[in-house]
Amino acid sequence: MSTEKDIDILAIESSCDETAAAVVRNGREVLSNVISSQIDLHKLYGGVVPEIASRKHIEKINQVIWEALDTAGKTLDDVDAIGVTYGPGLVGALLVGVAEAKAISYAKKIPLVGVHHIEGHISANYIENPDLEPPFLCLVVSGGHTHLVVVRDYGMYEIIGRTRDDAAGEAFDKVARAIGLGYPGGPKIDALSKEGNGDAIHFPRAKIEDAPYDFSFSGVKSAVLNFLNGCQMKGETVNRADVAASFQKAVCDVLVDHAMQAVGDYKIKKFAIAGGVASNTALRAAFEAACEKNGVKFYHPSPVLCTDNAAMIGAAAYYEYRAGVRHGLDLNAVPNLKLGER
Amino acid sequence: MKVLALDSSGLVASVAVVEDDGVNGNLLAEYTVNYKKTHSQTLLPMLDEIAGMIELDLNTLDAIGVAGGPGSFTGLRIGSATAKGLGLALDKPLVHVPTVDALACNLYGTERLICPLMDARRNQVYTGIYEFRENRLEVLLPQTVTDIREIAEKLCKLNREVIFLGDGVPVYREPLTERLMAGQRFSFAPAHLNKQRAGAVAVLALRYLREGKTEKAFEHRPEYLRLPQAERERAEKERAKQENGTDGRS
Repeated sequence: MSTEKDIDILAIESSCDETAAAVVRNGREVLSNVISSQIDLHKLYGGVVPEIASRKHIEKINQVIWEALDTAGKTLDDVDAIGVTYGPGLVGALLVGVAEAKAISYAKKIPLVGVHHIEGHISANYIENPDLEPPFLCLVVSGGHTHLVVVRDYGMYEIIGRTRDDAAGEAFDKVARAIGLGYPGGPKIDALSKEGNGDAIHFPRAKIEDAPYDFSFSGVKSAVLNFLNGCQMKGETVNRADVAASFQKAVCDVLVDHAMQAVGDYKIKKFAIAGGVASNTALRAAFEAACEKNGVKFYHPSPVLCTDNAAMIGAAAYYEYRAGVRHGLDLNAVPNLKLGER
Repeated sequence: MKVLALDSSGLVASVAVVEDDGVNGNLLAEYTVNYKKTHSQTLLPMLDEIAGMIELDLNTLDAIGVAGGPGSFTGLRIGSATAKGLGLALDKPLVHVPTVDALACNLYGTERLICPLMDARRNQVYTGIYEFRENRLEVLLPQTVTDIREIAEKLCKLNREVIFLGDGVPVYREPLTERLMAGQRFSFAPAHLNKQRAGAVAVLALRYLREGKTEKAFEHRPEYLRLPQAERERAEKERAKQENGTDGRS
């Protein structure tokens, strides 16, 4: 590496409710990682409001980019490429980052690399794990996604399992709302579960016939809602901590079970998690134990790199850039972009 | 002085470059497209095309003018984010030009009142009332969002000849002609003048630039004239809560 020129990428991410920019060197070294979160705004509505998110992005984006460059001690003249998330996500939100990135790329003649948001999440693992290289298996779990992905090589993905209904994070949000914890549900359930007993209530663990790696979380969510209704009808007080812990355990069990089966079937010795739910402490502990038991090396990003951020987009953009991927001035936001599609 | 202007507030995508020649300005290039492709795909390639044609060095621009709203929320943000990105990269100021003012500017020199109508859905229009006085665009009613009937009533009271233009014309032509403007003298602007044109945005941007009315790229944000639906509904709920002394839920 020492003889090669360093590649510094300015990355921009605006697919949901975080306006983020980062400067990343050689796909692995984060020179800056700025995130402007809108979470307090959206709390008022119990979830992300796309129009409000888009309006905030346009207000914040220049400051965030400027701060990312400034913190990294860089100017646009030092940047080798601009990476930007162009899907999947909220179309109005994505468009802000895409239009901004294209304009900067055009004005400064800097190559533009469009990045898949999930590819970004997976690539977050490269940042803190210098030894991690493909092939490995990755579980992407967030509010919008639950994918089990074989990373064959940089930029080469095979999705072997996905959710049939709710994303895991979505189920966390819905259950959190049902037990009165509010938005965002993930961190709140995680915290409350520490005071509860995960074996207090048995919630179902869904298995899908003929698709051993696919997931379904609508059943466990409904089971929680039914349980709460039942308690209300019988006039019983609900131990919210037990409900949270038992629900969380049911979700973690399924995620771990499917992932470990895939690790065995595909004979892969490296496993990583990514996405917002990957910062859940119970899930991390469960994977830590399961991986050790199965002789698999376990990788995970630190929490700040699990939630939406631009450093992960910079990491993914680097490998795309090295593979020769360049996007033109007509790059558009693609809200339902598929992984591995270009 | 030289200004680049962008307008993606409505169905039209338009880019133009105007330079100050000490007289009334010189339009170096204008590219206007009204086609179904999204502005996200067209706006920058259009700029690239005209920049090539006129051998434009972006660094020689003095400012970037942008139709700052009202308009389609997404369209406005594509224009704004493009302008902000250019402003950040080139270290140039932005000039925020009200969309409806720029539309009115299309009809330079008319003695009639000018009433742009942009379709805002839900029976509403983004509109305003303008006239040229001593060759200068004057604002009689600043741009606003209102019911088509209300703007027609205002115009009837003024009792002067009116020209309508904008993408709201095809939507409201019939009620205006049949009922709302009955007995009034009015007409509709022709095809080459009746939609957003970045040339008009550039002319106003140049005027504002001379008057020192610029903003830094990071400060710029579109003027939507409307709250997001969720925010509006929440405000209504809050109001109901205060009025009824309940939580507004049934």
